[in-house]
Amino acid sequence: MTMNLLRLFRGRNASAPVARERLQILLAHERGLRGQPDLLATLREEILAVVSKHIQLDPEKVTVRLDRGPVVSTLEVDIEVPNGFEHEVRAGRRVGAA
Amino acid sequence: MAKVLVVTSGKGGVGKTTSTAALGAALAQSGESVVVIDFDVGLRNLDLVMGAERRVVFDLINVVQGVAKLQQALIRDKRLENLWLLPASQTRDKDALTDEGVGRIIAELRTKFDWILCDSPAGIERGAMLAMRYADEAVIVTNPEVSSVRDSDRIIGMLDSKTVKAEQGERVTKHVLITRYDPARAARGEMLSIDDILEILATPLLGIIPESQDVLRASNVGSPVTLNNAASAPARAYVDAARRLMGETIEMTVPAERRGLMNRLLGRRAA
Repeated sequence: MTMNLLRLFRGRNASAPVARERLQILLAHERGLRGQPDLLATLREEILAVVSKHIQLDPEKVTVRLDRGPVVSTLEVDIEVPNGFEHEVRAGRRVGAA
Repeated sequence: MAKVLVVTSGKGGVGKTTSTAALGAALAQSGESVVVIDFDVGLRNLDLVMGAERRVVFDLINVVQGVAKLQQALIRDKRLENLWLLPASQTRDKDALTDEGVGRIIAELRTKFDWILCDSPAGIERGAMLAMRYADEAVIVTNPEVSSVRDSDRIIGMLDSKTVKAEQGERVTKHVLITRYDPARAARGEMLSIDDILEILATPLLGIIPESQDVLRASNVGSPVTLNNAASAPARAYVDAARRLMGETIEMTVPAERRGLMNRLLGRRAA
């Protein structure tokens, strides 16, 4: 309500309140992380490392999406796995063993 | 007692060099002895803004490496006899700047000057770290714009953890200097307000420098804005900020451009 009234007085171009709100959320998050390793970045790297042990990862077929919210954050790792990869892996092993 | 003041921001292009030159000149005009040091190794510019670019013989790195004595590298300002410049090097080797070497130079400058102003490079790398390393006070130059405020917050965190003062359990005295402020746009809600910035950064305000053509005009001719046009709005704002640094209490205002009658009648904006 107050926000709407303010907007009425200030005109419709008042983007400063949006800037302020975005900064407050972002900085609350960044201050908490300061001096600590970035958990989500670590997760992303380790997940990809584990997957690439088993599949040859094509960097263009991997999509990592991150959304940092005020309460929870989500990390989406989307990896396109070619059909028949198991076969390739087994074939690879056989070569390695020989 | 000498004071070491770092002018820093994180973000580039917000007015660190302009502010270092303007505050240095304003302090010197009040009778203090002042040296301004350019820490931007490889991209020096304080010499140009101060109008001393053609008189640089030795630089900060020469002194750190013992090639030149401090007295040989210091350049005296042509307008103010108690204002000196220690230029940065144009060499690309940033590693030439060492913590120990900078500490030695600052210690020597402390015996000779009232104020040592360190103009930090942008970023949070070695040069910026060393510029703030020995600081007693810090001026965090901030534009009313989200990316600048975010970077200022980051720099404030570093001032509280990476400086010698912080490591000794003391605190660097911090001040926010808001530059390129447009009161009309802030009033229309198009620009972060002073209150917004101060609330977010939780750091006291040193001054508000209005957006003004006089700043560019001064750098064009190689003169700190406080000397080039002392009556201009940014010059008056910088002089007030310098007096606050010296401990005076001065009411916080945004100096306005003095517009001529013709300009008013024509409705020209004093941007």
